[in-house]
Amino acid sequence: MISPHGGKLVDRVLNEDCRKDILAAAKVLPKLTINDESVSDVENIATGVFSPLEGFMGKADYRNVLNEMRLRTDLPWTIPIVLDASPEEAAKLKEGKDVLLENESGRPVAVLHLQEKYDFNKDELAEKVFLTMDKAHPGVAKVAGMKPVLLAGPLDLLEVSPTPFDRYKLSPKETRILFKEKGWKTIVAFQTRNTPHIGHEYVQKTALTFTDGIFVNPVIGRKKKGDFKDEVILASYDELIKHYYLKERAVMAILQMEMRYAGPREAIHHAIVRKNFGCTHIIIGRDHAGVGTYYHPYAAQDIFEEFPDLGIAPLFFRAFYFCKKCQSVVNEKICPHPTSEQIQFSGTKIRDLLVKGEVPPAELMRPEVAKVIMQFESPFNE
Amino acid sequence: MDDEAGRIGQSPPPEEEKTMDKDVMTVSIPASLFKKIEETIKATGDASVSDYIAKALREKLAQEEKKGDSFSQEDEEKVKERLKALGYID
Repeated sequence: MISPHGGKLVDRVLNEDCRKDILAAAKVLPKLTINDESVSDVENIATGVFSPLEGFMGKADYRNVLNEMRLRTDLPWTIPIVLDASPEEAAKLKEGKDVLLENESGRPVAVLHLQEKYDFNKDELAEKVFLTMDKAHPGVAKVAGMKPVLLAGPLDLLEVSPTPFDRYKLSPKETRILFKEKGWKTIVAFQTRNTPHIGHEYVQKTALTFTDGIFVNPVIGRKKKGDFKDEVILASYDELIKHYYLKERAVMAILQMEMRYAGPREAIHHAIVRKNFGCTHIIIGRDHAGVGTYYHPYAAQDIFEEFPDLGIAPLFFRAFYFCKKCQSVVNEKICPHPTSEQIQFSGTKIRDLLVKGEVPPAELMRPEVAKVIMQFESPFNE
Repeated sequence: MDDEAGRIGQSPPPEEEKTMDKDVMTVSIPASLFKKIEETIKATGDASVSDYIAKALREKLAQEEKKGDSFSQEDEEKVKERLKALGYID
């Protein structure tokens, strides 16, 4: 089995006894309310998804990640994992003391062992991570709305929050044991935030031909307006896997993590996370984790050149489409026919058809998948 | 340049190695090897000899990373029970 990033899978989830003790002691701790995205970060740190991070990044790691795309230990890491607070909130918290983190409903989430408070420059963060300062970019807009103080230190999770998708929620420890049970030695990860069309299936099955199993890993959490709702993505993949995959070769589980739309930097982040789940390979397609036209379509592939020590192998795919002459799904490397023969897998086109209540042609989407999507009254984020 | 390989010191890096504000150490390599790398990077696109060597060493170190997990028997059994309950394994 592939080693977790940094060599050790982090586990900072408190056991039942510790949790009771901490909750009893927590009555006197200062409290900080954190939003849903930070709750996801806390859980991802504690369950090892973000191994080797044991908590929110301190200033030295934060600066190294911005400037070098590496932690201070030289390990590749491209996205700062930080917790923001207002000056008023930060003033109430002391370095060297514990803080109880609560979600927006007031439920205790974790204890942060606060080591450091520091300021940061929002423009620098946006420009280095997103390669733009344009506030129309969803990641930049989020940074602009961040509070100005960052809190850092290791944390301990009280318990994993329940979600409507718990049936699909597996920790890296669980996926590693699952892959071992299945006898898989090579596992390819497929990151998605979409319902599957035929092009996705083609990419997944091409990768699966050379590996023992595929780990379909939809990102659940805050997305853009117009994206498919989480429950629609899961239902459509369930249907696809049920009808078109061998049960012993495909597994789906969710990843509760915010999409940052940081293009190339986020592609590396996605690879690290999947390495922690136990995957040996990850599919990186055209404009992975991109948005609009902020990134070159293959920038998210080129960046892997800079990380020979990532420990997970990327599988790069070019743009793919249905060719009327070939009568199959192809890509620009293998099909000699002109563009007039191509039917593109346009997400917008498929979406428009579904909105109108029309089943997309079978060359674009499996009828079973389309049927499931159309059963939802409102399948898109509003 | 010192011709003895593998020695790490604190001496300043060679003039052409722009280190900006990076936290760096100096490693000695044979001058002949340095020149060979200088020639090589004209074709590889690496920004400097240091960048080329750092990339090569990172690759080498990654290959030597230990493989494997170490979960306790009890942990594994507990996880398998959950995986069965969720339908992931029979």
